[in-house]
Parts: sequence; structure tokens; C-alpha cells
Amino acid sequence: MSLDPATVRRIGKLARIRLAEPEVVALGAELNGILGWIEQLNEVDIDGIEPLAGAAQMALRWRDDVVTEGGMRDALLANAPDREGDFFAVPKVVE
Amino acid sequence: MLDLSLAQVRTALRTRKVSARELARAQLDAVAALNPRLNAFITVTPDLAERHAAAADAALARGEHGPLTGIPLAIKDLFCTEGVRTTAASRILDTFVPPYESTVTANLLRDGAVFLGKANLDEFAMGSSNMTSAFGPVANPWTRTGDNRPLVPGGSSGGSAAAVAARLAFGATATDTGGSIRQPASFCGIAGIKPTYGRCSRWGVVAFASSLDQAGPLARSVEDCAILLGSMAGFDAKDSTSADLAVPDFAAACARGVKGLRIGVPREYRSDSMAPEIEALWQQGVGWLRQQGAEIIDVSLPHTKYALATYYIVAPAEASSNLARYDGVRFGHRAAGEDLIELYERTRAEGFGAEVRRRIMIGTYVLSAGYYDAYYLRAQKVRALILRDFTEAFRHCDALLTPTAPSAAFGQGEKMDDPVTMYLNDVFTVPANMAGIPGLSVPAGLDAQGLPLGLQVLGRPFDEETVFAVGAAIERAAGFTHRPSIRAGA
Repeated sequence: MSLDPATVRRIGKLARIRLAEPEVVALGAELNGILGWIEQLNEVDIDGIEPLAGAAQMALRWRDDVVTEGGMRDALLANAPDREGDFFAVPKVVE
Repeated sequence: MLDLSLAQVRTALRTRKVSARELARAQLDAVAALNPRLNAFITVTPDLAERHAAAADAALARGEHGPLTGIPLAIKDLFCTEGVRTTAASRILDTFVPPYESTVTANLLRDGAVFLGKANLDEFAMGSSNMTSAFGPVANPWTRTGDNRPLVPGGSSGGSAAAVAARLAFGATATDTGGSIRQPASFCGIAGIKPTYGRCSRWGVVAFASSLDQAGPLARSVEDCAILLGSMAGFDAKDSTSADLAVPDFAAACARGVKGLRIGVPREYRSDSMAPEIEALWQQGVGWLRQQGAEIIDVSLPHTKYALATYYIVAPAEASSNLARYDGVRFGHRAAGEDLIELYERTRAEGFGAEVRRRIMIGTYVLSAGYYDAYYLRAQKVRALILRDFTEAFRHCDALLTPTAPSAAFGQGEKMDDPVTMYLNDVFTVPANMAGIPGLSVPAGLDAQGLPLGLQVLGRPFDEETVFAVGAAIERAAGFTHRPSIRAGA
């Protein structure tokens, strides 16, 4: 599988990373190199194997659905790049 | 004083031969003198260190002390520290000041540690050389004999490893997603352990690949690592994958010896392209363990050769998901945009370095519609086979011995031409992350150029004690007393 420039641009969109046009070609070549190397996994016989999502070989714990920590408005907003009052501020989304 | 082991300086503090404040000041002076050359710290926190040291002296004066009271440590800048900037070595977090403390660093503070500052790393822990840091590369305190050109300290915990090796801290926190504790330990001639997945809480550690990330210590001896891990580890309800198990006495395990243990030597780790010096050191390690009463057996881990390619699907996939949070809205760097999408796209293009962008792109691609089964699902199945290999091997042996890395430290700027060449650094360390098992690197010798080489001990899940026992046995036999050319007091 080889990535063409249109696919690289599409991945950039999905990843929300703006790519300058010269970058599309360079990045495409790098990604193709990595993906080409990864193709070796096609040799492995995976018939009947259950996928392994993580190394924690245990059932995830449950807890009561209650607030454990809260009331930290100021701490949450302390690093905001832009805020208005007690809200995170962003460019206008709805006209 | 700064050349002592952590265990030794702990005794000096407890017997009041040195005060925590004197020690912290000496350590901070050494950092001030050498950090401009090594760039091991992104942020130095002298005021915080003084405060921690004053509290340690007060505790010692009362005759109360914890396991780490007064011990100066470096903290990898991936651990959130309350009120202290935490960058993950990324521009996107260059102004981020966490309002909370990670569980691991909170545990160290509970036990009396003194924090010197935040150690440099590869950006978001993605790298094997520390060359991807937005705050500049770290220099390895070791140089080749007769050659002063700077070498990499390994990565991603390169600043932590360089600080410990250069005697700028008695130990450091680190994290290991594919080898980021063990490979820098090997490159810098120190010890480091990635414990079993779930042993240390991930809460408050900037996430890279959540099913692989695990915190652990770097220090100058195996026993020092055991002491630090004893403080760092433990159940934490705030991490859903934290293991609800008692923390054993790791330091005591270092003295157990290896008599009667069965040590597996995995044949797939051997290759014709392996450097002869590394092959020889590996054989030497096998000999040391045999002499101390261990039984050596040949084992097979047939899927070893696929671990790295599997990793380069799983880790970027998880990273692309984890790093979606850096959007310029709630914290961190923000670029201007006409609308929200442009704000996101410009923020992330400006904020992330080339390697991080590359991995997010790979991860996004392998998770995207139409490619998920061919890449991500297949990788998860190969991952299951890698775990099965280890499970089978550990039916026949108690621990495995391998080299830590395929080479000694290389020069800054080398192996940068294509990403896969750099990725191959982690060929011996990645399988342990895929399987979640503990792995320790112990310095075992020098190569012909005078650079340190490490051996790796792998163990069963939650059996770090055997790993420490084997590592300490290698350490005793190796008698590694070499020091780097760049160090405090040199």
C-alpha cells in the first residue's frame, strides 16, 4: 500500500494538522517507508488469534458512578490560552 | 559526596554526616555548572529543592524519616508536578503549569524526596536519542576515548539518564513505552527498570501510548533502582490499569542471588549482524550467572522479529488518540485561526515537532476506515502472539537475559536520515512493552571506544524481585566502576 499526496492530505485533515504543500511530498515518502517496513507483519499467521488490546491482564475495575473530585473551576481554567469569564474562549463557531 | 550511591547517601543523611540542605545545594551547584553543557534539565527548581530539603532536615531532626528523606532526584518532564511547568519537551506544552501532582511524584514526595527539576526527553517520549526535544538535544556525559564529539544519551528518558550518570542527581523518574528507560540506561552506563505494566500509576504522566507506557526509575545501581521503585510503585484508584497488589521489598530481593534460578537465553535475539562486542558481553553475562549457580537454558521467542513493526502500529495509533487533546483550547500552545478548524490545524502544526507529527499521521492512518483491520487489528493479534511467546518461555525459565540495545551510544545527528533506522534501536526492548513484562538494564562493560554497554534482564509479570536478583548478580560480577568523562566533581 502506497500513500499518494491526496491520501497524505486527507490524513492531515483527519489528524487536524495543517500540512504545507512541500511537506506533503516529504511526509508521504517517510510514511511510505515506515508502512513498507510494517508490511512484514503480513507474513505472520494470525488465524484464530484473539487481538490483545493491552498488557494489563485483568478485568477493568468498576466504581460507583459518583463525582469523586470536583469544584475545581479555577484550576481547570488556569492554563486556558483564552477565556471569557468562567468559559474557554474560541473563535466564533456558529454565525 | 555526589559520587555516592543513593543507598550510601541515605545513610549519610540518616547519620547526620550531611544535611539535606547541604546535599541539595551541592547538587544544585553541580547542575548549574554542567547543565549548560549537557542540557539534561529543561527546568531547574532550586527554590522547590530548598523547600523539600528543609522539610527533610526537619524530619531527620525529629528522628522521622521516610525511605527517601533528603534524596535529590530529577523528574522526567513527562510527570505532572503541581505548580511546576511540565512540557513533555514539546512546544505545545511550553507554558503548561499543572494544577496537580502525578501519583508517582506524589509517592516520592510522601517518602521525603527532594526534587531538583524537570529532566529533558524526546518530545512526548517519542524517540531513542533525545534529538526530538523542542528544548534541544541532551549530551551524553560519556564520550568516545580520544574524541570529544557529543553523543546522544539515548531516549526518550535521555535527560534523566544523563543527569544520573553525570552525578547531577542520585536517581530520576523515567518512563518506558518501547525502551525509553532501558536504552538510555545502557547508553549512559547506569541501571534502569521498566516494571510490569500496572505496577506504577500512570495518573498524571503525560500519555503517549497508554497500553505500553510505564514509569520506572533510573539510578547508578540496581539496589538504588529497587529503593526508588519501592516508593514509586503501588495501587492507585485513579489509574484504571493500576495493579491492586502489595509492593514487595524490591531492595531485599537484590541480595537473593541466582543459585538454582533458570535463566533463558532467547535464540531469536541473536543475529549475524550483532556487533561482536555485544555478542561477547552477552556470553560473558551468561557465564557470570552460571558461575553464581544459575542454570542456563536455550529458549525460543519466535515472534521477536515482528515486535518492532507491531509496536510502530500500536504505539502511533494510541498516540494519535491520546494527543488529540492538544487542540489549543483548554491548555498549552494556541495558534490564531479564522475558525475553530483552522485554530486546531495551525496549533497542532506549530506545536508538534516532526517526529510527533509523523507518528500522529501513522496512527491516524492505521485507525482510519478501511485500514483498521489490515493494520491495527492485525498488530493486536501479533501482539497476542508475542505475549504467548513469553508466557511459554517462562514455563521453562525464571528470567531471560539479552543485550539491552544493538549498539553503544551514537553521535548527535547520526541515524537521522530515515525514521526506521532510529526505530531499530528499540529492537531488544520493545517486546517487553508489548507483553507488559518487567525489564531491567544493568551496565555490564565498555566497548572498544570506551562506551558503556548494558545487559537486559526480563522477568515474569509482577516478578520484579527475580529481575532485581538477576540484575544485582550481574552487577556484582561485572564490577562496573567506570565513570563518564563529564560528571560533577570530575
